[in-house]
Amino acid sequence: MGLLHTVNKSPFESNTFDTCLGYALDGSTVLLIEDGVYAATIGTRASEKIQQKIQSNNDVSFAVLGPDLQARGLENKLADGIKVVDYEGFVNLVAEHDSVQSWL
Amino acid sequence: MKFSIQINEGPYQHQASDTAYQFAKAALAAGHEIFRVFFYHDGVNNATRLAVPPQDDRNVAKQWSELALENDLDMVVCIAAAQRRGIMDAAEAKRQGLDADNLMAGFRISGLGQLIEAGIESDRLIVFGA
Amino acid sequence: MAIKKFMYTNRKAPYGTVYALESLEVVLIGAAFDQDVSLAFIGDGVYQLTKGQTTEAIGQKNFSPVYAALGDYDVNKIYIEKESLEERGLSLDDLQHLVWEDEDEDWAEKDSIRLVSRSELADVMTEQEIILSF
Repeated sequence: MGLLHTVNKSPFESNTFDTCLGYALDGSTVLLIEDGVYAATIGTRASEKIQQKIQSNNDVSFAVLGPDLQARGLENKLADGIKVVDYEGFVNLVAEHDSVQSWL
Repeated sequence: MKFSIQINEGPYQHQASDTAYQFAKAALAAGHEIFRVFFYHDGVNNATRLAVPPQDDRNVAKQWSELALENDLDMVVCIAAAQRRGIMDAAEAKRQGLDADNLMAGFRISGLGQLIEAGIESDRLIVFGA
Repeated sequence: MAIKKFMYTNRKAPYGTVYALESLEVVLIGAAFDQDVSLAFIGDGVYQLTKGQTTEAIGQKNFSPVYAALGDYDVNKIYIEKESLEERGLSLDDLQHLVWEDEDEDWAEKDSIRLVSRSELADVMTEQEIILSF
């Protein structure tokens, strides 16, 4: 089952998130961690792009690392369509996908 | 499943080592095996036993060390990256004619081949960095 | 030992940070393991391959000549993302010409660099078993 992509950069600081979207093929999951979680919050261009991607291709999934969202005080700003996972969920995603590309 | 982990950043400056640590703990708790944790780039700085963070902060090197000793983890610090940054075990310090060493218990220093081997031997390799 | 598909994804420019140099060191060591290796240069990673790097004045070693030796290590699948190159105002002419000699075809010299679109590279990435990111 496809690649797991992790993004750990704020979409406001770098274009890593946009680049990653271009690599997210069918069967892949994009997991937002660390400063990457800002892309998962409502009212941002990045989360709009996530919505567009989900609408155009429902074989790509999005997830966010809950502990990172909580740490940043944004748990109640989560946009629709993005699954929240804890570290155990992160481990499961790694196990479920064929390999992992970390967009450092 | 057999995992390996690569860590490219040092402690405190970046969250990478913290995330990798939480990931490693969760993987072990879920019954997975960790074949190796490989510290590269500034990640080698996670292995110094001479860091003294404030008491109300986490001690990143110590956390890793304890996790390794409790779970018999193989934690490898890249020798080339470590030599550049002054991370030495006693044998290497002696060989280099240095007056001190600083490698924390639970880590060992070895070559980059250990990273490639980890990729070959593991079902998954995941990189944490900046 | 099993042969796996390894990809090194290089996304950082040289000299400003150490990632490019230390990534190259992994590639060279990794070559001894006879794995199926691909290198991907994406984003600022394409700057690693520019011609004419001259580093004396910044006090760092110029490691760019090492890329030309990769062919001798059987590292000959070097993917450059076209979009990244173009948005930086560069073309393949601005990059080193990397080649390898094909032992199966009487050591014919062949190009190592494959200029591919983002979607083509995404397909190649998906086939990989181990991806080392720098």
